[in-house]
Amino acid sequence: MSEPIVEQHHIPESPGLYAKHQKVYPQEIGGYYRNLKWKVTAAIMAFYFLAPWIRWDRGEGQPDQAILVSMTLRRLYFFDIEIWPQEIYYLTGILVLAAVGLFLATSMAGRVWCGFTCWQTVWTDLFVWVETRLEGDRNKRMKFDKAPWTLDKLGRKTLKQIIWIVFSILTGAGWIFFFNDAPTAAMDMLTGQGTWGLYGFTLLFAGTTYLLAGFAREQVCIYMCPWPRFQGAMFDEHSLIVTYEAWRGEPRGKAKNKEAGNLGDCVDCNLCVNVCPTGVDIREGDQFQCIGCALCVDACNSIMTKLGRPGELITYDSVSNQMARERGDVPKKRLIRKRTVAYTLLLCAVLALMAYGLVNRSELEINVQRDRSPLFVQLSDGQIRNGYTFKLLNMVAEPQTFTLMVDELNGAKMTVIGVAPDPVDQVTLDVGPDTVATYRIFVRAPKESLSSQFKDMEFVLTNSATGQIIEYDSRFAGPDR
Amino acid sequence: MANIERDEVSGTDTTGHEWDGIKELNTPLPNWWLWTFYATILFSIVYWILYPAWPTLSDYTKGVLGYSSRVNLTEDLEARDKARESWTKQFAALPIADIAKDRKLLEFAMAGGKVIFADNCAPCHGSQGSGAPGYPVLADDDWNWGGSLEEIETTIRFGIRSTHDDTRVSEMPVFSDDYLSPTQIAAVADHVLSLSGSGSASAAGAEVYAEECAACHGENGEGGRDFGAPRLTDGIWLYGGTKEALVAQIGNPKHGVMPHWEDRLSDVERKQAAIYVHSLGGGE
Repeated sequence: MSEPIVEQHHIPESPGLYAKHQKVYPQEIGGYYRNLKWKVTAAIMAFYFLAPWIRWDRGEGQPDQAILVSMTLRRLYFFDIEIWPQEIYYLTGILVLAAVGLFLATSMAGRVWCGFTCWQTVWTDLFVWVETRLEGDRNKRMKFDKAPWTLDKLGRKTLKQIIWIVFSILTGAGWIFFFNDAPTAAMDMLTGQGTWGLYGFTLLFAGTTYLLAGFAREQVCIYMCPWPRFQGAMFDEHSLIVTYEAWRGEPRGKAKNKEAGNLGDCVDCNLCVNVCPTGVDIREGDQFQCIGCALCVDACNSIMTKLGRPGELITYDSVSNQMARERGDVPKKRLIRKRTVAYTLLLCAVLALMAYGLVNRSELEINVQRDRSPLFVQLSDGQIRNGYTFKLLNMVAEPQTFTLMVDELNGAKMTVIGVAPDPVDQVTLDVGPDTVATYRIFVRAPKESLSSQFKDMEFVLTNSATGQIIEYDSRFAGPDR
Repeated sequence: MANIERDEVSGTDTTGHEWDGIKELNTPLPNWWLWTFYATILFSIVYWILYPAWPTLSDYTKGVLGYSSRVNLTEDLEARDKARESWTKQFAALPIADIAKDRKLLEFAMAGGKVIFADNCAPCHGSQGSGAPGYPVLADDDWNWGGSLEEIETTIRFGIRSTHDDTRVSEMPVFSDDYLSPTQIAAVADHVLSLSGSGSASAAGAEVYAEECAACHGENGEGGRDFGAPRLTDGIWLYGGTKEALVAQIGNPKHGVMPHWEDRLSDVERKQAAIYVHSLGGGE
């Protein structure tokens, strides 16, 4: 027996797949883009918190909330538009519009959605604003976190959490109000009479708001959101994005040394990094963590103004323009490109399709279910009878009346439970405003009317008021032969 | 555990077990695991105090919350009955024909009747009353005991040949056993078939029919509802419409049994069921 071979396994040092989170302390900065962001935020807050309270008269017995997605009534109301559950494709249309709109905005002006309107950005911005008011700006905050616990620290931290939680609950409730009658739901919740659904969903969305805006913050953009991963496909060299004019900024160095050496405009003050809500250095070029909020543009401009140097060293501009400037050419904006034209056309096409669908939306839908058990019944006079369940969906706010007849079936007569107990040729059916009427209809015909086991026939509905005729194809079954 | 051996590579104690030179490490549980385990123990103790938990010889520990799923069920059923009260009161007060005339009440009856029918009737009569051999089709217009709302309600309440004192009952006599000869039975079977347009009529068959059958089934086979005698003219047969089936039924009749629903369904539920059955297509 030979000696056993002892292998020396070498286990390489793992680089580690887990990176510990470094808290980002964004510094406050004023400027053009900061003002723009506040305006957009104000508009979003106004819509989010006020829109459910807009009233809209729809007549007796109808909800009077302008924007309401009602799960209990199974309706979606948007001012004068009312969508039934089976018309959910309008929602698909809105989602397609949102997607194409996002593509168009991104190909034109980069991640404007991410930087200015995404609720993750907007709510985080507000949460950080609260934090800054209570704990001070960046440097103060960093010291404050490291400092030992004192009564002052405890008080400020507690107050911050309370404000965050209250705002989160308001946010959660604000979401619920789009799905329930806002004044009723608010009163119910305030008086402790709300359903578990109201409280539960409010707390659920309050909880996600609190966690995502208070703690997860930029990690949502970097690790959770899929959008940064494929945004690159929407960009081209003409897309307006946050860029750094490396050609005149580099080599960077302290301001005093500018005259001494051959340095660029960048004084390496790091303010652009300090104000960044995701903690990136834009001077390293565009990167997926950059949400395009342009606060670094404000930061750099404030320094350049102080130093009396030309502004817009970090600027909202396209890559091709930067290259043109570097060459000394005249930069020009190119918003109309193949890509943007294609997205615009697609956007218009979907919009047109939806508008067409809404204008020509049918106000009545018929569903007929033929009984399968029993398939048919033989009556004592030898006739064959089939049963049908009729559902008339009246999508307008007025009652409608229809005359029902059977066509393409010789000698057919109908009985309708609760309406026509004795066999008749035609019958009048009512359907109330904005409801579904269900009728049990029996059609009988002599055996001779059937040449095979199944006979194609149709129901003909005539609107008594307008004379409009609707035909519905169905079948009539008899004995096997 | 006299001499605990320490593994050199990992620095962990071994269990002292060894297989072919491989020693088992006595790796301690991760803390999160251990504390979760303690938490479950704590949870179970709290649970024992709050909820019913331990069986005793004749009873069980009730728990301080007094929770009982049986009580919950009773409360739920009471709440349900209370919620339905506005309907059920009207159902109890009104005769069944008036209920069927009111569209709102009819809707309530149909919704409840559908469920009651599926639970109680469908196993024999088929979904939507499609019937089966020996179990009448409830969707056609052929009724042995009557197809009005009141008659259907009575049939459901007392049953047919059931154990109830007021049950509907009828029995067709046995005609074999030397009472009628096979030839006579065959002839009368042919005659009965001819009433609905098949088979061949004969004088002998007609004679037997007039003597033995007409008393219950009527002179022309129109049937007799007072004693549940089926109509013989419509080509609808409970036990099959072939000559063989008829010969068998005349010679040694089968009689189905329908249980009574007086105890199992309430007055309101029976009204709902009757209205639903009436709506299956054959109601008179």
